[in-house]
Amino acid sequence: MTREQLKGVYKTYQDLPLTPITSVNSSANQTGFWKTFKPVLDSSKCIKCAICWKFCPDVAVRMKEDVFPEFDLRHCKGCGICANECPKQAITMVMEGDVE
Amino acid sequence: MKMVMTGNYASAYGAKVCRAEVISAYPITPQTSIVEKIATLCSSGEMKAKFVKVESEHSAMAALISASMTGARTYTATSSHGLLLMHELLIWAAGARTPVVMSNVCRANGPPWSVWADHHDAIAQRDTGWMQVFCEGNQEVLDSIIMAYKLGEREDIRLPSIINEDAFILSHTVEPVDVPEMEDVDSFLPPFNPRFRLDVNEPYGFGSLVMPDMYMEFRYKINEAMEAARQGWRDVEKDFERHFGRSHGGLVEFYKCEGADAILIMAGSIASTAKDVVDDLRAKGKKVGLARIRVFRPFPVEEIRKLAGMANTMGMCDHSYTFGHWGPMGQEVRGALYDMNDRPLLMNYIVGLGGKDMTPGVIEKIYLKTLALKGGLDHDIEWIGVKGHGGW
Amino acid sequence: MAKFTIPTEEYMNPGHVGCLGCGGCHAMRYTLKALGPKTIISIPACCWAVMPGVFPYKCLEVPLINTAFEVTGASISGIKAALEAKGIDDVTVAGFAGDGGTADIGIQALSGMAERGTDAIYIMYDNEAYMNTGIQRSSSTPVGAWTTTTPVGNTKDWKKQPKKNMMDIMVAHKIPYAATCSVGFPEDMIKKLRKAQGIRGPKFIQIYAPCPTGWRMQPEKTIEVCRLAVSTAAYPLYEVENGVYTISRKPSELKPIKDYMAIQGRFRHLPQEEVDAIQKTVNWEWKRLLRLEEFTKGLVEG
Repeated sequence: MTREQLKGVYKTYQDLPLTPITSVNSSANQTGFWKTFKPVLDSSKCIKCAICWKFCPDVAVRMKEDVFPEFDLRHCKGCGICANECPKQAITMVMEGDVE
Repeated sequence: MKMVMTGNYASAYGAKVCRAEVISAYPITPQTSIVEKIATLCSSGEMKAKFVKVESEHSAMAALISASMTGARTYTATSSHGLLLMHELLIWAAGARTPVVMSNVCRANGPPWSVWADHHDAIAQRDTGWMQVFCEGNQEVLDSIIMAYKLGEREDIRLPSIINEDAFILSHTVEPVDVPEMEDVDSFLPPFNPRFRLDVNEPYGFGSLVMPDMYMEFRYKINEAMEAARQGWRDVEKDFERHFGRSHGGLVEFYKCEGADAILIMAGSIASTAKDVVDDLRAKGKKVGLARIRVFRPFPVEEIRKLAGMANTMGMCDHSYTFGHWGPMGQEVRGALYDMNDRPLLMNYIVGLGGKDMTPGVIEKIYLKTLALKGGLDHDIEWIGVKGHGGW
Repeated sequence: MAKFTIPTEEYMNPGHVGCLGCGGCHAMRYTLKALGPKTIISIPACCWAVMPGVFPYKCLEVPLINTAFEVTGASISGIKAALEAKGIDDVTVAGFAGDGGTADIGIQALSGMAERGTDAIYIMYDNEAYMNTGIQRSSSTPVGAWTTTTPVGNTKDWKKQPKKNMMDIMVAHKIPYAATCSVGFPEDMIKKLRKAQGIRGPKFIQIYAPCPTGWRMQPEKTIEVCRLAVSTAAYPLYEVENGVYTISRKPSELKPIKDYMAIQGRFRHLPQEEVDAIQKTVNWEWKRLLRLEEFTKGLVEG
């Protein structure tokens, strides 16, 4: 739920729990709009080693065994760790164009 | 079972019969015998609580807030500087709605160092959101602990409580105390079962950041609970009376106030002496009465207003002082009476700080002063017993 | 071939408000992977108090309690006592505090927790300053570093006091297990956390968690600086189990400390003689660690 939707759920003080009890998955907060650079994968170089998945601080790299990694651009902040750590230089950080 | 014990032991037995699950306390005079008694009861197995022997009072409260959040019934005891050290976390406990029950042995704050009775430590916590009871005797100490759990753990209240007993006068003085059987308490006080707690099967976060658009709403909920607690205390005391056969007078205990010319308001053990003085003065034909504030938080506004209808002159004896203006209970009584059409004459007396003895002679002098008050007071506060001031 | 060298289950959701490249995020992510879902985490005031975001967003899929700044040690004692009172013994209790909340304001509660033998894990994620409040120096800030309260330039007021050695302090409490680990070496970190989870008694885990914002470092270098910290012995990785030292990564030859400093803006101002002095200290500490390993292993055998 976005913050706008949440305002609809918590309209009055009676809707609130008795102390701030957090229960809504934070992935609703799409931090992807923070980024200036976005990661772009060159799949011809990628060896599917999962190092980019391992070192992403934002849990924004989705990866399964034997499949190319996918970047969750709605949450990726563009820190560039994946590109810096990739052993095959298969990831490039590219300046983001218009907001997607 | 009728036993003879100090106020401190009454506190320890209160925690025992209420089946407190996690206890965490740090020694400080004159609370030490509470902690020692609990340690003995726990180590002999008579009490099944987990006793966390922390390294400071601040850590004691921290451990209890987290333990309460995990679903355990929690208890601690402290006094004076220990209570002051916990101040940050008292506000946290109220905000986290953890119904901790704490015995506070009311003791003066230093410097100068003093171990004697004074309410300043408890009064300094009046803004924290904790309910507060001031006890007159050891039986009341034990009974108030049971009532504090019953009321505090109600889902619509969920507020922590301080049960105040005066240093040495109650904490170390032996009186007869009827310790209820655990089965009797069990049928009155069910186990603590909060809906939301730290539970790996239902993971939530507690105490997160809140923006300005919602913080006040959370505070309003605490306010709502505190307001409901007024009737809550009346109800729980009636319940207690039905179950155990005794009562301590509700939010404010009225003693011989009917037809009084002057009423003194007090809290704590000094009220006990004052009752004897009232009896003496009444026998001499002076129409005086005593009101004892039992529940200080939430403040008993209705009872104070009712009192004002009973006499034209009142004196509020504060066993503490808030530097700035007026004694703390004096301010609150004055505030409660502000809107009344026939406000009584109200004098605020500051008494007994640092354990200065409140003898029957001194209390009688205060009654006579109050009886002599006439309209158009040129001062509204008097410090009693200060050598070189006010004729003492 | 994908080789998942660390567990694949995630217990941390995206959408937290950590800075770009935040090492503290890695610290939490790997901690939860190591400890699993039957964990209760206690977090004081620190970056992680704010990182899950605003109410009602929940970032962790384990129960989490926010507490006041200085109380983590006491808080985990309380949670453990409550679980014991309820007869629950298969839940791990972990405190997750910053270096300020551990080595400074939180040291009393930590010492108390260790001394009374609480069965819980105390995790200190070390970003070497009070980062959440805006990069002020803590006792864990290394010598020579710039912070907002150790200004450089004409005043030359960079941090002069040595970094407080929390490992020495915790080993002195005679706890069964203490270890340093690094977010740049997640396999090692997860192994150490799981080892701690299996030991009864107080455990202390110190995690090297770089902060690009506070260290004036490019965010993509977070993991790279972890490797430099180990290869220059600026932040050695080792464990102490019942008083016996084992170094986890032993570079055959130490790289010069200036390599470690070059990547971080917070050391940029240091004149050569300061760097030399720091190099001497690093060499000494490394030698001391090697000797401790030798000595304590010798005690066991002899």
